[in-house]
Amino acid sequence: MARTTVGTGRPGALWAVPALGFFGLFALLPMAIVVYLSFTQWSGIGSPVFTGTDNWTKLAHDTQLMPSLRLTIGLTIVSWLLQTAICLPLGVWLAHHGRGRAVLAAVFFVPLLMSSAAIAILWGGLLDPNFGLASVVGPLIGVPDGNFIGDPDLVFWVVVAVVAWQFVPFHVLLYQGATRQVPGSLYEAARIDGAGRFRQFTAITVPQLKHTIITSSVLMLVGSMTYFEIILILTGGGPGTATRVLPLHMYIEGFQSFDMGYASVLAVLLLVLGTALSLFVTRATGFHRMDSQKEGL
Amino acid sequence: MSTTTSSDARARAGRAGTGGGTGTGGAAGTGDGRPRQRLRRERREAPAPVGWIGAMVWFVIVAVPLYFLITTSLRTSSEYLLSGPMSVPKDLSFASYRLVLESGFGLLLLNTAIVTVATVAIVLALSLPAAYAIVRSRSRFVRRTFSVVLLGLAIPAQATIIPIYLMITQLHMYDTLLAIVLPTAAFAIPLSILVLTASLRDVPGELYEAMNVDGASPARTFWTLALPLSRGGITTVGIYTAMGAWNGFIFPLVLTQSESVRVLTLGLWTFQSQYGVNVPAITAAVTLSLLPLLALYLIGRRQLLSGLTAGFGK
Repeated sequence: MARTTVGTGRPGALWAVPALGFFGLFALLPMAIVVYLSFTQWSGIGSPVFTGTDNWTKLAHDTQLMPSLRLTIGLTIVSWLLQTAICLPLGVWLAHHGRGRAVLAAVFFVPLLMSSAAIAILWGGLLDPNFGLASVVGPLIGVPDGNFIGDPDLVFWVVVAVVAWQFVPFHVLLYQGATRQVPGSLYEAARIDGAGRFRQFTAITVPQLKHTIITSSVLMLVGSMTYFEIILILTGGGPGTATRVLPLHMYIEGFQSFDMGYASVLAVLLLVLGTALSLFVTRATGFHRMDSQKEGL
Repeated sequence: MSTTTSSDARARAGRAGTGGGTGTGGAAGTGDGRPRQRLRRERREAPAPVGWIGAMVWFVIVAVPLYFLITTSLRTSSEYLLSGPMSVPKDLSFASYRLVLESGFGLLLLNTAIVTVATVAIVLALSLPAAYAIVRSRSRFVRRTFSVVLLGLAIPAQATIIPIYLMITQLHMYDTLLAIVLPTAAFAIPLSILVLTASLRDVPGELYEAMNVDGASPARTFWTLALPLSRGGITTVGIYTAMGAWNGFIFPLVLTQSESVRVLTLGLWTFQSQYGVNVPAITAAVTLSLLPLLALYLIGRRQLLSGLTAGFGK
């Protein structure tokens, strides 16, 4: 920063207070409150009543906890692997210029405009076993009744697919933007050395995209761990409890069974898992300075 | 992250000199930018069949549901049941659209527009001064603010819905549009400050100094210098925040219940349970909810997309 004689022309801390206060009130304070609520009993009406560690002991007896946790971890890992496997090559491919690619790109990004509700409802129609696309495609791929969504084993993959359909465009966009920043000289050098297209991808593109891969992975991992909107609308956690992921379990305990205290325990669990996961990924990859990349708009 | 043309050219010249291998080059560049153009052309010339095949597969995966969405919304309910999901509709029917529009779609649209405009207004009104302070202030408090804000990027909104529900009911705001606006705006603030800070940092320090020498107050500098020069950042934040508010689902879900304050996303869900097997009506509602954003997308695709990845790359 440039030097000034006296800082008369500089804004004081007061300028930042409203934003910090507002953010603190509606985003930071809730995290403290949710910890408090996890020690209370509250149905959502009236005031919470302090009950000590009751809700936390209940955690040990919740037979749905382990299945939900396992499902959440499975969904998170499978989503991350699948989406990265699609987004990285597709983003790199779209980074090259050309009219054909531009036309495809225009269509690829349309799902970005759609809300979770719109996507879940659209796929609900497609997956309808009687009249939807599922009734046509199902028999061709070994599901004669086309009932993907009613089958406890298949429904996991339905959720994986629909969530990927929603989030792949965003990450493709990230990879496309990052690939365009890779200096062209690196490719020229590789070509002089006789590297083929695939070798260029593995030896130049992927290492150069390291930061983007980490950013995208953190967003995917933490995102899939806490996300439940599409599942709520598409399956409601069913059939049975086949798709009742941890955040959905929290929502149902709180807003359908009206056990806000216990739901808060699950919320705390989610907060801890989500934060731990993002810290783990950033530390494990030696990439703490996420801000440096985000600033470079 | 700004890779300038000259440094590019320098690296390239270095590569050409050493015959390639490592990533750094040292020789002086020509800086005329011609090598880059040639490179682009070369890269484009070679066909990549594997890439095209993969891209076409994903194209089908994206396009088929969209085709289904549009064609189904233009069918009559009976035609949908008879002729299958993928056939080309025989004659176009706008009956589903009429049905949806007559079922209170206008109110959903109005409520969503109010929520979106209010959220964007609050986010900009709070984030702009904060970003200005972060860039220009020397106070330690402000620097701390910035680290808190960065931390805030990692908070998953889903994990806070219960305490936010408690706060909103205690404030007697449950079942109002304001209840949706407040937390939606709060969760948009960290990324907004991040983006605006970056765009304000691009304003040359000398300009601030000149204003200072002229005796301008911080407020005047903010209005006449910082604000006009960060228009790009403001657009990005506006798009990002508006999209988030327009498509938001979780806060309306837990903070409202009446029909009078229902927003689009919740309305779609209600339509789904209301119309049941009338898939044409449901797809018409989804299409209608998408139209305003689709129109924006057609007008300013580049701007819209860069707004969406605000702060996460480029």
